Amino acid sequence: MAWARKLLRVNLTDGTVSSEPLNMAWADQYLGQRGLASKYLVEEIDPRCDALGSDNKLIMATGPLTGTMASTGGRYSVITKSPLTGTIACSNSGGFIGAELKAAGWDMIIFEGRSPKPVYLYVENDQAQLLPANDLWGQSVWETDRLLHSKHQDPALRIACVGRAAEQGALICGVINDLHRAAGRSGVGTVMASKHLKAVAVRGTKGVGNLKDPIRFLKETEYRKRVLQQNAVTGQGLPTYGTQVLMNVINEMGALPTRNMREVKFEGAGNISGEAMHENRPGDGRPNLTTNAACFGCTIACGRISTVDQGHFSVKNKPKYWGSSGGLEYEAAWALGTDTGVDDLDAITYVNFLCNEDGLDPISFGATVAAAMELFKDGVITTEQTGGIDLQFGGAQALVTMAELTCRGEGFGRDLGLGSRKLCEKYGRPELSMTVKGQEFPAYDPRGIQGMGLTYATSNRGACHLRSYTVASEVLGIPVKTDPLVTEGKAELVKAFQDATAAVDSSGLCVFTTFGWSMEDIAPQIDAACEGDWSVDKLLEVGERVWNLERDFNLRAGLSAADDTLPKRLLTEPANTGPAQGRVADLGKMLPEYYQLRGWTADGELTQDTRTRLGL
Amino acid sequence: MHHVIIGAGPAGVVAAETLRKIDPGCRVTLVGDEPEPPYSRMAIPYLLVGNIAEPGSYLRKTTDHYARKEIGVLQDRVVSVDTQSKVLTLEKGRTLSYDKLLLACGSTPVRPPIAGIDLPGVVNCWTLDDARAIIERAKAGSDVVLVGAGFIGCIILEALAERGVNLTVLEMGDRMVPRMMNHAAGDMLKRWCESKGVTVHTDTRVERIDDQGGRLVVSASGGRTLPCDLVISAAGVKPNTDFLAGSGIQIDQGVLVDDYLRTNLEDIYAAGDVAQGRDFSTGQFSVQAIQPTAADHARVAAVNMAGGSLRHIGSINMNVLATLGLISTSFGLWDGVGGGDSVELSDSKNFRYIQLQFDGERLVGATTLGMTDHVGVLRGLIQTRVELGVWKEKLRKDPMRLMEAYLATVQPIGYNARVA
Amino acid sequence: MYRALRLEPEKCTGCLQCEMACSYENEGVFVPAKSRIKVFTFHHEGRFAPYTCTQCDEAWCMHACPVEAIVLDEATGAKLVHEETCVGCKVCTIACPFGTVNYNRDSGKVVKCDLCGGDPWCAKACPTGAITFVEEDAAGMDRMRAWAQQGIVGLASGAKTNAPRDKGETLPTYLEA
Repeated sequence: MAWARKLLRVNLTDGTVSSEPLNMAWADQYLGQRGLASKYLVEEIDPRCDALGSDNKLIMATGPLTGTMASTGGRYSVITKSPLTGTIACSNSGGFIGAELKAAGWDMIIFEGRSPKPVYLYVENDQAQLLPANDLWGQSVWETDRLLHSKHQDPALRIACVGRAAEQGALICGVINDLHRAAGRSGVGTVMASKHLKAVAVRGTKGVGNLKDPIRFLKETEYRKRVLQQNAVTGQGLPTYGTQVLMNVINEMGALPTRNMREVKFEGAGNISGEAMHENRPGDGRPNLTTNAACFGCTIACGRISTVDQGHFSVKNKPKYWGSSGGLEYEAAWALGTDTGVDDLDAITYVNFLCNEDGLDPISFGATVAAAMELFKDGVITTEQTGGIDLQFGGAQALVTMAELTCRGEGFGRDLGLGSRKLCEKYGRPELSMTVKGQEFPAYDPRGIQGMGLTYATSNRGACHLRSYTVASEVLGIPVKTDPLVTEGKAELVKAFQDATAAVDSSGLCVFTTFGWSMEDIAPQIDAACEGDWSVDKLLEVGERVWNLERDFNLRAGLSAADDTLPKRLLTEPANTGPAQGRVADLGKMLPEYYQLRGWTADGELTQDTRTRLGL
Repeated sequence: MHHVIIGAGPAGVVAAETLRKIDPGCRVTLVGDEPEPPYSRMAIPYLLVGNIAEPGSYLRKTTDHYARKEIGVLQDRVVSVDTQSKVLTLEKGRTLSYDKLLLACGSTPVRPPIAGIDLPGVVNCWTLDDARAIIERAKAGSDVVLVGAGFIGCIILEALAERGVNLTVLEMGDRMVPRMMNHAAGDMLKRWCESKGVTVHTDTRVERIDDQGGRLVVSASGGRTLPCDLVISAAGVKPNTDFLAGSGIQIDQGVLVDDYLRTNLEDIYAAGDVAQGRDFSTGQFSVQAIQPTAADHARVAAVNMAGGSLRHIGSINMNVLATLGLISTSFGLWDGVGGGDSVELSDSKNFRYIQLQFDGERLVGATTLGMTDHVGVLRGLIQTRVELGVWKEKLRKDPMRLMEAYLATVQPIGYNARVA
Repeated sequence: MYRALRLEPEKCTGCLQCEMACSYENEGVFVPAKSRIKVFTFHHEGRFAPYTCTQCDEAWCMHACPVEAIVLDEATGAKLVHEETCVGCKVCTIACPFGTVNYNRDSGKVVKCDLCGGDPWCAKACPTGAITFVEEDAAGMDRMRAWAQQGIVGLASGAKTNAPRDKGETLPTYLEA
């Protein structure tokens, strides 16, 4: 019935694995993936536990549509308590391992405890075993991937693993799967490494079947693929330019946070945009972009596969980086480029490769480098701390060196690995950290896109665009155009987007489908696959339940309404140019209304009514 | 025009059908000495294991197949060939004259010169009749000694194990399937068998077999004696050429043929296990005794018998076998060539193995264990003699990328994808 | 004239919709591991290549089968595996130099593309037109042959692979007329 109805529990302390039935009553309330795994986590760990201690657990979870023919039905999420934010963390990734895990017959894997020695989990259908990873520890993601494929002599093996940065304790590490897809945010990779779990390698040949109504499912999914194909964003914009379609658009709006959010427009945006990735380089006459690429089952194919010019300083004499690999997505291009003031497309593509190779979250990493550049500019840190590197905004060489150091956990890279908040705190300038709840911002300035201010402030995993992507409405007019500069109606918009996104993130589908699909498109696909009655209303209720469950976890973890805020810079320093000139992020106008709409107290606590209504 | 084909195995049947297809007016007669309709020895392991009944082994499934194709099928044994008058003498006293003759008479098991090899209870595993004898004697709980861990021995292991017998394998060579695998692969296969509860003694020669009060006792080198209910002799096969003595047909290991599958005598051809044809890899003439080569030979011989001119550039020696479920393959010059180089990847714990042999930029041989997906491209890469270019180094780094290497270098799709 | 699958790697994004469609049609579940069409990823090169049986005329697999389990479907030109006849000897898997006949451990039989009886699901599912089902002449067979001759013919000059069926008898690569 779309779910495999089975989860794998791995006790790393004891080195044991066991199978248990999926709690189908919970599945009916939380659907799968983000929702269902959050429910398991909330039930099983103390919210106040040390995120890097053995009491924390880490869950890799698929949704009911993962591994099916529904477009984008290949997603999986990593759910744990974040060491970066202290909140619940849920990082979503595409690629192929989610579908492979499902095809092996598992809905999720719960990792608990901590292994005394480095290990990896090898799953072949029903068989799962923990194997020694001494030879993998200390290796990059790419090398680990190669070694495991070679060891098991199986080119079809799908692998998720952590890189050296996570082993070294950097807090901004993701779990990388299929070489360049990432459950990137909130330090979920750091948690995995803290458990001495290097990798998860999966081979599934059982497949996904037993859908509730297979004929209807094929019909519903086929029709929705055509909808995506005919949509301008999912049918043209994303396949052609990827998410990088936004670089020039957001820059024009004056909402492109530049040089640690000191400015809202970047003069070099055109050099690192999606369009630029198509242009032939002067050096080798080839474009940055080799091809677009799809994750499992995805008919959009927004993924970028890129190369770096072999003559570029960053890869000279390093043939390892001469081939194609995962290229820049918008948020990464922004963080590594715009936010640091670097407009060298080859340099930021190379740094993006490094982030994949060693499992750094490029958003957090780029934003942390940006904060360090401001510290350097202000003279708070000098070449003494940076190891002689001139850490000026715009310095491509400096960015490249910092990435190499952070991947290896060496020198100033150790400071950068802490993330922006801890870095700025360490050097006595916490206000220079562009974070919410300790997590770095992505690429939309809330002074120019007001809804994103509320999005960041209320996101349950710290600043994040993927919890309620109001850019869709405020910039692209999906589902309706709203004015990005006004605050009216944004609380409602944010809540609606948060709930819908939580539902989509629990299904196995990619949230990018919502550029072309409404919940009326998504519900029938889930309903045809899953037992039960999956209407739009039920899905939105699941989304709201998931949101409140996450919120409740965070409150019990010690967070409060005081954490639902933005850095002072965005609240007090107006945009210096463009359409938003003179504006700040008007969070105060939106937040009380948001709490009210959520059914929370003025202090941001869940009311008993809300708990009862949602069955929490 | 009367085409007579001696032997009703795959080579004979494919040749007969090919002749019928390209020369509708000719007369074709197949002479086979076994009582059953033409069948495949390759199906015998599956008969032993009970997956199929005897008709499942038949080469063609419809009962009137040969009649419909107007192919005469004669059950008899050819005693001698008079190449002057073009007449065959048959065992049942008849004679049969031919215009063109195809020797597709296959091979027979080698009976090692061991005292007691002819005792009842010592059987080959070659014919349907042998299979019946094995089914009769290899009952659950009985003790069975398998002499020879070659290709046939390995392939029937599973059937015997599944019948619940206590099985001991004796192999003269220093490893299992020595003619198909190197030490690494052969040893891995041995460990696999042992992990499945089958005892394998390599470097062990059978000295004699005795009947001790109705029970057989196998005495082997090293002072080993093995009482048992059944001995299966699988010591290899040799071409059936005895009846050709004095015919004037040139014989070496098998019947010598040229690149058109012609023997030294006018109008006489040979194909299949009995023929010593061109080996694609070595360029030399040798007996391969494998199914795909039999089919290759048969098609070429038939075209040439019918007046065509088709040159056989050589067949690749290759094998695939499943030993107690572990699938192995070998292709071409799996043992390498002088001045060549190789790459090997081994996961002995999980019984996975691959080795590739190169001669310069070309793949010339390979062995795999535990691999079932896309193995055919090993043949493709060897047979096309493609220069691997940059892909050679990639394969040396990771031999599992052979499908990519194949697509990139051999297939237009690789060219179109610009990965060549 | 038969129709054939036209495969255009330059259009492929590697989404595996074809593999899911194929496995669903043939196995009743979404299981790329058991698809008869496979997309190969050239990571370093940034390319994806869908690849399956070309239903070659004098099919190696068909000729190598000892028990007549692989037969021609007169209606579509596909070479079909008769599951009930196949004994699982795997000779066809080594005989096919294209590597497109695979052994299925679960069933103990071999599997290969059967063109779904003339309406291949992979082509219907492909979102980018990288897999289409077209008249054989338009399927790029000539282009394939031209390339195969460059690649293959080193020694065996005049050899052909996958020649169009309407050119009459074609020969395996190691034979020459």
